[in-house]
Amino acid sequence: MYQVGNLVKELSAKHGNTRESLMPILQDIVLKHNYLTDEAMVEVAKELDVSAAEVYGTASFYTFLDTQARGKYVIRVCKTITCSMKGKGDIVHTIEDILRIKVGETTADNQFTLLETNCIGWCHKAPAILINEMPYTELTPEKVTEIIKNYMQK
Amino acid sequence: MENKALNKVGLIFEKISPKEVLEKAYKMTSAEIIQAMLDSGLKGRGGAGFPTGLKWKYTAAEKEPEKYIVCNADEGEPGTFKDREILDRVSLKVYGGMAIAGKAIGAKSGIVYLRGEYRYLLPKLLIELNEFHKMIREMGYDFNIEFRMGSGAYICGEESALFESIEGKRGEPRNKPPYPTVAGVFSKPTSINNVETLVTAMMIINHGPEKFSQYGTKDSRGSKVFSVSGDTPTPGIFELELGMTVQQFVNEFGDGDTKAVQVGGASGFCVPRKKFAETIIGFEGVPTGGSMKLFNSSRSMYNVLHNYLDFFAEESCGQCTPCRVGCQQLLKGIEKVKKGEVKSTYLNELTKLADTMKIAAKCGLGQSVGNAFKSIVGNFREEIIY
Amino acid sequence: MINLTINNQKVSVDPGTTVLQAARKLNINIPTLCNHEDLCVAGNCRVCVVEQTGARTLVASCATPASEGMDIHTNTLKVRNARKHIIELLLSEHRSDCTKCYKNQNCELQSLANEFAFGDTIFLDLVEDHNYTIDRSSPSFIKDDSKCIRCQRCVRTCDQLQYISAIAVANKGAHQKISSFHNRPMSHVVCTNCGQCVNRCPTGALVEKTYIDQVWDAIYDPERHVVVQTAPAVRIALGEDLGYDPGERVTGKMVNALKQLGFDSVLDTDFTADLTIMEEGTELLTRLKKALVDKDKKISLPMFTSCSPGWIKFIEHKYPEFLPNLSTCKSPQQMFGALAKTFYAQKRNIDPSKVVSVSIMPCTAKKFEADRPEMRASGYKDVDFVLTTRELAVMIKQAGIDFRNLSEAKYDSIMGDSTGAGVIFGATGGVMEAALRTAYEIVTGREVPFNNLNITPVRGMDGVKEATVKIEGCLEDWKFLEGAELKVAIAHGLVNANKIMKQVKNGKAPYHFVEIMACPGGCLGGGGQPIPTNPTIRKNRMKAIYSEDEHMVLRKSHQNPEVIAIYKDFLGKPNSHVSHELLHTHYVERDNF
Repeated sequence: MYQVGNLVKELSAKHGNTRESLMPILQDIVLKHNYLTDEAMVEVAKELDVSAAEVYGTASFYTFLDTQARGKYVIRVCKTITCSMKGKGDIVHTIEDILRIKVGETTADNQFTLLETNCIGWCHKAPAILINEMPYTELTPEKVTEIIKNYMQK
Repeated sequence: MENKALNKVGLIFEKISPKEVLEKAYKMTSAEIIQAMLDSGLKGRGGAGFPTGLKWKYTAAEKEPEKYIVCNADEGEPGTFKDREILDRVSLKVYGGMAIAGKAIGAKSGIVYLRGEYRYLLPKLLIELNEFHKMIREMGYDFNIEFRMGSGAYICGEESALFESIEGKRGEPRNKPPYPTVAGVFSKPTSINNVETLVTAMMIINHGPEKFSQYGTKDSRGSKVFSVSGDTPTPGIFELELGMTVQQFVNEFGDGDTKAVQVGGASGFCVPRKKFAETIIGFEGVPTGGSMKLFNSSRSMYNVLHNYLDFFAEESCGQCTPCRVGCQQLLKGIEKVKKGEVKSTYLNELTKLADTMKIAAKCGLGQSVGNAFKSIVGNFREEIIY
Repeated sequence: MINLTINNQKVSVDPGTTVLQAARKLNINIPTLCNHEDLCVAGNCRVCVVEQTGARTLVASCATPASEGMDIHTNTLKVRNARKHIIELLLSEHRSDCTKCYKNQNCELQSLANEFAFGDTIFLDLVEDHNYTIDRSSPSFIKDDSKCIRCQRCVRTCDQLQYISAIAVANKGAHQKISSFHNRPMSHVVCTNCGQCVNRCPTGALVEKTYIDQVWDAIYDPERHVVVQTAPAVRIALGEDLGYDPGERVTGKMVNALKQLGFDSVLDTDFTADLTIMEEGTELLTRLKKALVDKDKKISLPMFTSCSPGWIKFIEHKYPEFLPNLSTCKSPQQMFGALAKTFYAQKRNIDPSKVVSVSIMPCTAKKFEADRPEMRASGYKDVDFVLTTRELAVMIKQAGIDFRNLSEAKYDSIMGDSTGAGVIFGATGGVMEAALRTAYEIVTGREVPFNNLNITPVRGMDGVKEATVKIEGCLEDWKFLEGAELKVAIAHGLVNANKIMKQVKNGKAPYHFVEIMACPGGCLGGGGQPIPTNPTIRKNRMKAIYSEDEHMVLRKSHQNPEVIAIYKDFLGKPNSHVSHELLHTHYVERDNF
């Protein structure tokens, strides 16, 4: 169990403790812990003197500021038109088969979460995915299998 | 109608010395820089196409001592990826463009708002930013840039939503007026410019406005970077002179079976084959922030429209009625038409709704959902119904 | 001045005026939904769009400042079509079970739909696509997301007026909703139950939790003796729900109506308001003595009033370190409840277990207060059911009472006597004024040095008011206060309470005594008062309260004959042991989320 209060203090020392610091603080928490726990949001609210509902409301606006439990590696498969045309479905099925989870789910060992997302800006190299912040492009089922297997070994 | 042949240009990625250009710019007065922009005819490269010179002129005219240059790097329009490429390859030119804009409007601070999807680029960009800051300080000038990250919200590409996001809030577009030039980020006068616009501005200072304005047409001066994707043998980014027809574009990039080109992304227009020859890509025809998607005859335009509407229903900020509910209605509406659960004439009602969204939604997102809807339903009605 | 034209009529307005306000100046009606006079502009519902000549799109009149030479048209075909679409869109995501809805015929969306007289709807029903929740967890109100039209009035209320933001906008796009912290039940978040959101909700998405049926059941149960108390602010607002203009006092008719409804005894919260002054005034003077004479460092000053349950919950959540500064006095409602099942039952020779105590309050937080575990001093639930002013109006209508033609009746006894001091509890500054009228006289033996007892510095709608009363010519017991300047402050609306609390927290508050009411205007603007509310309506209600005070024979709490009697017969003296058992309470620290 990490001490979220300390982390929030550290982050507010780094980014400031006004409302404009909210996004950078939440982003850094997600970078570190994959998602925002209720406890983390409450701490941030306290630190910045905004209401917890406001923190949740702001976080829930942004796709990458997850407020649901997520695995260590969050896989986001682009579902927008070009990726969709170029085999996104196969990529999703391949990942689902490897990890034995459906879109929206997290593996039992909390290593992987599989999600779909809107355009990530790699249409010329579709289909594409993000694993945490890293993009992987021009995917085939074989290629994505290898990528996921590499992550499984990490 | 003016109509230019397809002409590849190499301004954006041209190798230059950012320092020399900046030295040149710093020797100019604010008014001279603005005049150069006005003379060049440069319009914003993010898609909306507001004349850059005017934007700077308005911001420069504000008396408030604290002003901002914001670089809009929240490139979220489906089919656009040029800004990532520009930042990746020539970030110093982006920072340089910001400094020039800063000089023009009287701002000492710049903020780059980078979409969360491009976070992997940040470490590299920060190293380059460091170089830039060092360079500008060595030159004896004071201009500071910082990065703010998005976190996955298409709407934050809308300028006032982007400001809200920088301020730590939900990315909900503001009421206008006031416009950003009067009250932008932190309620201060702000010039918000697209990544490509800033680089182009730098090139205009480098070469003089004539070099830029010699390209393009009366309403669409210069060249711009296009993001080409879909059914094409050569996807990627290409800097092309403005003023070509869709036909010329398809001749270059099509796979021989192109039935439609979506110009300007999900919020842009769908041009069907029969209109390729008559449609100019630019402000006199179909404007674009750069997104060009080609569809060949194997594609269902119902699927294309469905994908776009699903995108909008999720990416609408949700605050205004026409957009929040309208997107859901359009999406559900075409599904019901497809399934035969409502009459095909229901598409007429939905088209009227798209018209209402165009004039009654609060921001550009809601106002432009109707573009794709109307141009796809208008041109491929049978594909939506059957 | 800015000159513009609306529907071909010229109008001149001050800079900063919106197109909507300019149109209203010409008596041109533009429908609105998200707009509310008490709140900042949102511009999100788009119902108020109008055509501006030369503009690419329609403009939201509520959010567009008038500018020189503007040419506006509010009723073109383009505008009408758009407006109709927008209302239809709202209806498509709104569960329109109007006849079963608590807000039926008091719903702004329904009125608009009515104006546009939709025969059939164009759009598809979206309600079935959403997994809407109905949150009944609060004892005070129900939050029904299936009726929410996302106008965000509630969110702005909770933020701008109340500084709580217990609810905020969450998610985006089709999933956007008004949510508490991570969708927790409203009973388990920082919500104060003040009901200001309920007052401003244009639909049935936020309504009070009603206990009307339970009260009817009690009334019709021959075994039960049902007593009812009415708060000061009810009598000056009830009329609004029964066809009267804001600011018309209907005290006598209300009392008569309550009798006709079948309550066994119709009594007055004003009585315990007067009692509160005796208890709270004594507590204040005692604290001052301990602090000033005994130099007791443990004494917490300033002392805060404790009548407003919304305020109590606010401080419990947000400033728990200052709970010792709260007066330990229960609110008048709860003092009344505790006495109803003890003193009253004894005097009337009724088995207290058979007494059902009902209160009519301008307040939704009172429903929560009555449910607090601390509020069982009588050995029973002190107040069984709390109804709002609005619920009382519903009961009167249900009973078929011709309210306008009712004769006026007097409160029953015992616990029906009141003074003007009790009445003004309903307005911001009223508790302070009542306390000063009594405390000053206790200390000096003379009336407060204000013309006709009207302590005007503490009156009015300013968010934070301050006053200083110099104490001179003290009686022997109070000599230690001689020459002292009693500094007081008054805040209403929790955003203003927060301003004072910040001062207190910084150690910069110079006050001895602070009155805080959770709602704008005090109880007269309470969350249980008739809808709509706006600054003009509240001002009229305030006038009515002070007029009620002026019409009273007795205007100082310590003159209330029943108060004098209850101390003689039952309580002994203020802050006595019995008082502490029945009339005082304690507070609990709560989470700030």
